[in-house]
Amino acid sequence: MIPVSETLRLAARALRRNKLRSFLTTLGIIIGVGAVIFIQSIGEGAKSRVRAQIESAGTNIVMLWSGSSQGPGGRGGAGSQPSITWEDLRAIQTELPSVRAVAPQINSSQPVISETNTWNTQITGTTPDYFVIRNWPVASGALFTASDQASAAKNAVIGQTAAENLFGPGVDPIGQIIRIRDAPFTIVGVLERKGQNAMGMDQDDGLYIPLSAFQTRMQRGLGKFVPGRISVSAVSPEAIPRVRQEIAELLRERHRLGPDDEDDFSTSSMAEMTSMLTSTQDTMTLLLSAIALVSLVVGGIGVMNIMLVSVTERTREIGIRMAVGAQPADIMNQFLVEALVLSAIGGALGVLFGVGLGQMIAPRFGWIMETKSEVVLIALGVSAGVGIVFGLYPARKASQLDPIDALRYE
Amino acid sequence: MALIELRKLARIYQTGDTEFAALRDVDLSIDRGEFVAISGSSGSGKSTLMNILGCLDSPTRGSYFLGDRDVAKLSRIELARVRNEFIGFVFQNFNLLSRTTAAENVELPLIYAKVPPAERRKRSREALERVGLGHRAGHTPSQLSGGQQQRVAIARALVTKPPLILADEPTGNLDSATSAEIMRLLSELQQSGITVIYVTHELDIAAYAGRKILMKDGAIISDQRQTPMLAEAS
Repeated sequence: MIPVSETLRLAARALRRNKLRSFLTTLGIIIGVGAVIFIQSIGEGAKSRVRAQIESAGTNIVMLWSGSSQGPGGRGGAGSQPSITWEDLRAIQTELPSVRAVAPQINSSQPVISETNTWNTQITGTTPDYFVIRNWPVASGALFTASDQASAAKNAVIGQTAAENLFGPGVDPIGQIIRIRDAPFTIVGVLERKGQNAMGMDQDDGLYIPLSAFQTRMQRGLGKFVPGRISVSAVSPEAIPRVRQEIAELLRERHRLGPDDEDDFSTSSMAEMTSMLTSTQDTMTLLLSAIALVSLVVGGIGVMNIMLVSVTERTREIGIRMAVGAQPADIMNQFLVEALVLSAIGGALGVLFGVGLGQMIAPRFGWIMETKSEVVLIALGVSAGVGIVFGLYPARKASQLDPIDALRYE
Repeated sequence: MALIELRKLARIYQTGDTEFAALRDVDLSIDRGEFVAISGSSGSGKSTLMNILGCLDSPTRGSYFLGDRDVAKLSRIELARVRNEFIGFVFQNFNLLSRTTAAENVELPLIYAKVPPAERRKRSREALERVGLGHRAGHTPSQLSGGQQQRVAIARALVTKPPLILADEPTGNLDSATSAEIMRLLSELQQSGITVIYVTHELDIAAYAGRKILMKDGAIISDQRQTPMLAEAS
């Protein structure tokens, strides 16, 4: 058998000779690979956007709820039966080394009245640690403080969307007085813009007040139990399972639950949420990629078709090559390498096409492109594989020609 | 010493139930350096004989010694190697690769002999110069006359320095003046020591040979020595 470099040179010459035909043949592969790359990139971009949105809710967060109690009336849902006390909260914060911060939060949608407007917004009662957990600083002014929480001070921190709707654009909200259920609150800080969360909700449309103020102004006053959900942030993403484990052990001990009793609280991590939301994306991407892969196979059939035409057209050339001493394997390699080069070039152009298409289309729809290098490698590998698989039959056919018949072929 | 030794060589084609013997127990011995013309009407078996001599086809029975080796039972792969090393072909319709320069056409057998590119180019140029076409190396077949194309084909046949050149109606597509040039070239090659065997149905072309074989119905009916035409002239 002659060296591969020689065969490659032969293939390049043969393909250059029929430029238009070679290009049209590769077009099938280009479109197939391009579609795979495009869909994968968009899918990956969508996934990482969801991930970023979830992370914008705060990093390394474990959510904790009271409830899930077994009573005479049946089983209650999460939060239905208060069980976590303020002492529990303090214990979680001080006793567990993997916990960075703890912040309870309670929400209520209420009309908020400013001097000029009324605006229905989400009011969250929480503690200053909430902003640490969510990694959310103020753009101007200051956050309410621990002493505000201790004294149930009527100070509020506002999101930018809510501020614009209450005071109009260009008005500094700091120092403004707003009323919630007739209670006056002073705006002390405006939060940085955060955008939509994973559910598509505008996180900037909200007002944050001390939890104690929330309870005294809107509920019956401070109770023994912590209301609402509690955000717990772990020291690192790796510590999340450990935090959940430690909280469970601590609370079971503090609540004096026996080994047969069920938890009277529940936890969930953002990682669970992320995987739930991204798995839908994965399914869609997989489905669309399968369709794109079908077009790649159709492209491969195009390669086979043109290789068969090429073998027939070049029957006499094959005869001449055999007469002067080409081995059947040499002829086979010649056509196989030709098919391989054709589809490999198609694959490479397809990658460029897919990425280019994405760069052009994605911004218009607000999509994000994220092309992973392993997807590119797989696409190139598959297209080369397509070349070999669909080139094999024509190449074999060429190598098995009888030299006498081939020389006589008109 | 014999270069070619055929013993009871037969080639039988089978189509359905009918058998057709293209060659019937041919015995033939050709020495190194001979100049042999094979004639016969169509269907006489001369083409079949040439194909077997050229290792493009294998006999049904009998043996074919090329040099000291029986090539009758070789595989396709081994036959390709024998063709590459021992045999140069010249065809009636030239059989050059179109859209490929004369030099590259001549290089073709050397590619399959795994000669490195630089050496290939050198030997290709030498072969073209030997057939008087050194100045046409960059021309493609469509830019060359019939006679020139056949010279390129002859250059391709001798570039591997084979002991045997087989020519199937080498002048069949050429006018008489060009035919004479081609036959003179083949005579020169034979005089340089190469065994040349050619098929022709023209008497004046057969006259260039030193030995004339006549075939009919798959058998040799006459085998005569003669004084080659150009030997008389010189």
